[in-house]
Amino acid sequence: MESAGYSQQGGSQLAMPTALKILIAGGFGVGKTTMIGSVSEVPPLETEEYMTQASVGVDDLAQIPEKTTTTVAMDFGRITLDTEHVLYLFGTPGQERFWFMWDDLAAGALGAVVLTDPRRLADSFASVDFFEQRRIPFAIGINCFYGRRECTAEEVNAALNLRNPAPVVMCDVRERESSKRVLLALLESAKTVAIG
Amino acid sequence: MGVGKKKSSWFDEESGYLVRPYAISGGRTSPEGSDFALITLVVAMPASRTLDRRREQPELTAILDLTQERPLAIVEIAARLDLPASVVKVLCGDLLDKSMIAVKKPSHEASAPSVELLERVINGIRRL
Ligand SMILES: Nc1nc2c(ncn2[C@@H]2O[C@H](COP(=O)(O)OP(=O)(O)O)[C@@H](O)[C@H]2O)c(=O)[nH]1
Ligand SMILES: [Mg+2]
Repeated sequence: MESAGYSQQGGSQLAMPTALKILIAGGFGVGKTTMIGSVSEVPPLETEEYMTQASVGVDDLAQIPEKTTTTVAMDFGRITLDTEHVLYLFGTPGQERFWFMWDDLAAGALGAVVLTDPRRLADSFASVDFFEQRRIPFAIGINCFYGRRECTAEEVNAALNLRNPAPVVMCDVRERESSKRVLLALLESAKTVAIG
Repeated sequence: MGVGKKKSSWFDEESGYLVRPYAISGGRTSPEGSDFALITLVVAMPASRTLDRRREQPELTAILDLTQERPLAIVEIAARLDLPASVVKVLCGDLLDKSMIAVKKPSHEASAPSVELLERVINGIRRL
């Protein structure tokens, strides 16, 4: 019951942990929520945000811009890393019509995991472009739904035509250890970037 | 979609118009370049315990109750109160003005993290 440690004596902020985030991107049904749930210390929570965009109605002869409001659902989980750091994992809506909000989500992210169904590799092209263009480190998790390796890391790198090879990890994100391996591959790759 | 997916109480399917959040935040949405990010951490200040709750908006006291014992991110408060994050940002702005909460912004280092920070994250994940 003691919040004093967080907020008293001006030195307040020092005692509060620092929040970090990693994005989990990928098409619908690819396993984002499952992955978050496998490593999160709380069951994945879901929240909705509404975004207002100016748009011009097609049928509107006067072409007066209207505000349209879209609700975007995102889910997230939490991992307490140590006493000073807490990591949030955000499942980002894969649909391209939600991309206007990706910049917000990606700002200040340590990196991203692009979860991919090996039978639908093309679904990841757009996410990969997004992270490449913004120079956000990412790893590709190939969710092997049938427990078989349906492709090799080299094939995936070739198919995605990556500017710089990204780590490709075969995974079953229902398993915590498997999800951890994907996250660690991303972080090791980010570390290589940081070392320069 | 997702877990525990539910229709939000504040979204009026019929009119497609969002009534409740605007009312709660007095018609304000979080301004561009708001001080709050989705993962800004919020914790109630000890002084908030002596606040006369009957005079405060219920959503404000709900935020104080949630963050009494440990810091929560804006997005966690939003999920627990079933409010859009942008509305929670406005409400937390009000609480901050009243010195009822302390906040911690996410690391500005995160978009170009140091090797040391990344190693701490790596160690934290390995320990899971
Ligand atoms: N066999 C198998 N099924 C999975 C795996 N990951 C997710 N699933 C299943 O695929 C479905 C969709 O997963 P979900 O996490 O909701 O996908 P999301 O839309 O990306 O959040 C669920 O029924 C999961 O149980 C996996 O690695 N292997
Ligand atoms: Mg999901």
